[in-house]
Amino acid sequence: MKNSNNNRRKFMATTLQSVGLTALGGLLWSGYCDEAKASPLVLRPPGAIPEEQFLDVCIKCGLCAEACANRESNKNRDGTQREGTLKMAKGGDHRLIGTPYFIPKDVPCYMCDDIPCVPACPSEALDMKSLLNKKNELDINRAKMGLAVVHKESCVAYWGLQCDACYRACPLLDEALTLEYQKNERTGKHAFLLPVVHSDVCTGCGLCEKACITEKSAIFVLPREYATGKVGNHYVKGWDKRDQQRVGDRKIDEIETHDERSKQSPSDYLNREIEY
Amino acid sequence: MKSFKYLIFRRTTQIGLMFLYFSANAYGWHILQGTFGSSLLFGVIPLADPYTTLQVLSAGFLIGADVIIGALIITLFYMIVGGRAFCSWVCPINMVTDLANWLRRKLKLDKEEVNYRFLKRRTRYWIMVLGLIVSAIVGIAAFEAVSPITIMQRGIIFGFGTGIAVVIAIFLFDLFGVKNGWCGHLCPLGATYSIIGKKSIIRVKHNHEACTNCMECKIVCPENQVLHMINKESIFITDGECTNCGRCIDVCKEDALGFSIKKLNKKS
Repeated sequence: MKNSNNNRRKFMATTLQSVGLTALGGLLWSGYCDEAKASPLVLRPPGAIPEEQFLDVCIKCGLCAEACANRESNKNRDGTQREGTLKMAKGGDHRLIGTPYFIPKDVPCYMCDDIPCVPACPSEALDMKSLLNKKNELDINRAKMGLAVVHKESCVAYWGLQCDACYRACPLLDEALTLEYQKNERTGKHAFLLPVVHSDVCTGCGLCEKACITEKSAIFVLPREYATGKVGNHYVKGWDKRDQQRVGDRKIDEIETHDERSKQSPSDYLNREIEY
Repeated sequence: MKSFKYLIFRRTTQIGLMFLYFSANAYGWHILQGTFGSSLLFGVIPLADPYTTLQVLSAGFLIGADVIIGALIITLFYMIVGGRAFCSWVCPINMVTDLANWLRRKLKLDKEEVNYRFLKRRTRYWIMVLGLIVSAIVGIAAFEAVSPITIMQRGIIFGFGTGIAVVIAIFLFDLFGVKNGWCGHLCPLGATYSIIGKKSIIRVKHNHEACTNCMECKIVCPENQVLHMINKESIFITDGECTNCGRCIDVCKEDALGFSIKKLNKKS
């Protein structure tokens, strides 16, 4: 009797310890993974699904990086292969290990017409569908890898010097990046030729960042979620029919504010003189 | 006859496969592209790692059909044919841990048999399950974030960075820490393949009539608990943890061990 009690006690203790140590290991492991996920300023290949999903769905196989480096257009004149745009994150890169990314100042994305990197992806972390145009063809101009941002104070064009290096480098010249003319009040007789990025067109390829002549590029690509703001649904462009329609079409359960008034459809309270 | 036949076969296979993976990136070859996570054989056939695929799925996101098909192909191959052969014939970490193990024997570090209370050979199965749980909690493939196997493989293909530290750590752990510590106790990928390959047809078979009980096989075996039948019974080594490395066959002077085909689903 005493022996079986002892055995049971031992069994209980071992089980408890195993479970406890597993929980400890799980906590440490989760903690590490959660930190490893937090690599905010990283540019992904074209067609990459949202970062949070990308970190998981990307199976870290490197087929995109291999396709990028070994594409036909990436050869020197003597036939030797150049460094590809896409790098695979390794220890010390401070990005989730094994995921593809690029640094425009080293090698920007050259926006190949056939986009070799995207069809190579087996896990659909690079989503082909997001790059299809109306004719159902792959269209690199639909890529949204990031967004170029100009730091005015370090851009010599904003000083009044003539520089259009980024503008000339842009593959979507006059669409993603335009030059705006402004009078230079300092000299009174010269013009500023100011680079302005248009976020609806810019793909974030980084050719502008690569071309920038300043010591540290005055135009640089940031991930879209860091380089863009968001107005929120409650602002409506009164001059835009479609935006007006958006408010009219809004469903009650999309409304964030909940009070007596929000039980009614917005168009009701705007258009009919309902008293509350 | 003592020989190095299977050892040489294995090293040739391992290094050859790594060279093919390396050449896919360096020279644009289309024989074997990608990494273990997901590969492309001859530019057409998708291959994928079953455990990695499970992690991605348990983190709660859908993955492309190519990966699912690839994982099924790999699973079926090792389930029916190879057993746990991935570990000893493909995985590059195996070369590191084999070197550590060989040095252990040369340096006579194995003299003292140490019993680690919480580091058993079954610990890897706990880690395997834990990896899936952590994946589900954190939302990324948890073992892939730390896996020395793919870190080493990507290191060979794309460059190591500080990732080499992980490989060195495994080497030191196996040399000065626990004997067969990584491959035999911790690695959840090996655990997965142990389960997948449990019933495979290629197996080592023991002939106890010829055995002289010299125990050379048990000394050299990285999973020597699977050799419980030595000098007792003439049966197949059916334990899933056997990596089919063939070292026992190499070191057996009496030819009491050899590869053989076991019928599927047959007990012994």
